[in-house]
Amino acid sequence: MPYIPVAAHLPGITGLLEYRMDTAAPIRALTQFLLRGPNTLSQGDRELIATIVSHGNECRFCTTAHAAAADALLGDCSITEQIKVDHFKAPLPEKTKALLEIARLVRISGKAVTETAIQQAKDAGATDLEIHDTVLIAALFCLYNRYVDGLATALPEDPSYFNQLADRLVHHGYNRLPQGYDHLKK
Amino acid sequence: MAHIDLQNELPGIRGLMAYSPDTAKLLNELAELLLRNDENTLSRGERELIATYVSFKNDCFFCQQVHGALAGHYLNFSVAEIDAIKTDPQAVIHSEKLTALLQIAAAVQKGGKQVQEQHIAAARQAGATDKEIHDTVLIAAAFCMYNRYVDGLATWAPADRQFYVDRAPSRAAEGYINTPLNTTK
Repeated sequence: MPYIPVAAHLPGITGLLEYRMDTAAPIRALTQFLLRGPNTLSQGDRELIATIVSHGNECRFCTTAHAAAADALLGDCSITEQIKVDHFKAPLPEKTKALLEIARLVRISGKAVTETAIQQAKDAGATDLEIHDTVLIAALFCLYNRYVDGLATALPEDPSYFNQLADRLVHHGYNRLPQGYDHLKK
Repeated sequence: MAHIDLQNELPGIRGLMAYSPDTAKLLNELAELLLRNDENTLSRGERELIATYVSFKNDCFFCQQVHGALAGHYLNFSVAEIDAIKTDPQAVIHSEKLTALLQIAAAVQKGGKQVQEQHIAAARQAGATDKEIHDTVLIAAAFCMYNRYVDGLATWAPADRQFYVDRAPSRAAEGYINTPLNTTK
């Protein structure tokens, strides 16, 4: 049971974003900009960052949602499973692996990010802006994961909810749906 | 030295914000709504104290000085009193509601799942509303983001703590969205 009264048909983050819509606006816009905006990192790679952080924070709702989005964007369901275990063994370019390592460290703490991890990303070709965006995406998911679990939001009763959610994240992104979410009521 | 070339000499999150103005605008809008907007039953000082407490737990020097100085400004606490609150809130704060909310914030800092029914029950018992509990969790979560952004990129921070105290009154008056991103003041 969520700790505060959120709409029963909106599990996870969506109910919270509808609960306080004024703060939701910059959170949504920041996510849209970082995960879907113009970037030299692919949308799939950015969803991998969201996935590895959410998985490390043991946030089931966020991990399932962003892994499903990453799977759809990458056209491969095995990569998210592999990065949850060991991102260095995933079939990804060295740069992506190095950025995932930075994200993993940010999740632990800002101070956990080492010079070595930064240098490895730079050596693999990561730009300053890509490192900046990786750190901020990882930090943003430390916000989301705590928001979702700190208020004890519900998981969807029907796991197929995540397929629809991933479809929405891939095709619509993170902005609030213009028509709201009443259509999700059963 | 910061992990990346920020192309400016500004400290803490201000250097990051001048480097990335698009994200800065949204990060500042969120801070303004959470910490400073007056449509809130928690005072600005109480909200800044939550931000300070989480930044302390995350060991983020820049954030805990900036927000600690703002909390001190609003609540009329000295630096020594703010420091005492960080290590033992109940010794200094007499509001049961605020100390209960700080306990929720401390749990959020450790991890979302660390927030237990009993934390929420204690806050409600002390008179906290749903919205106050929501805002406490979101402020604490937001500072788990801001702190990681600031330290994850190894930004520098002025070591002189008086620097932050001196700036607090003007920062309180300006707010989070009205400060030019590249100001050196």
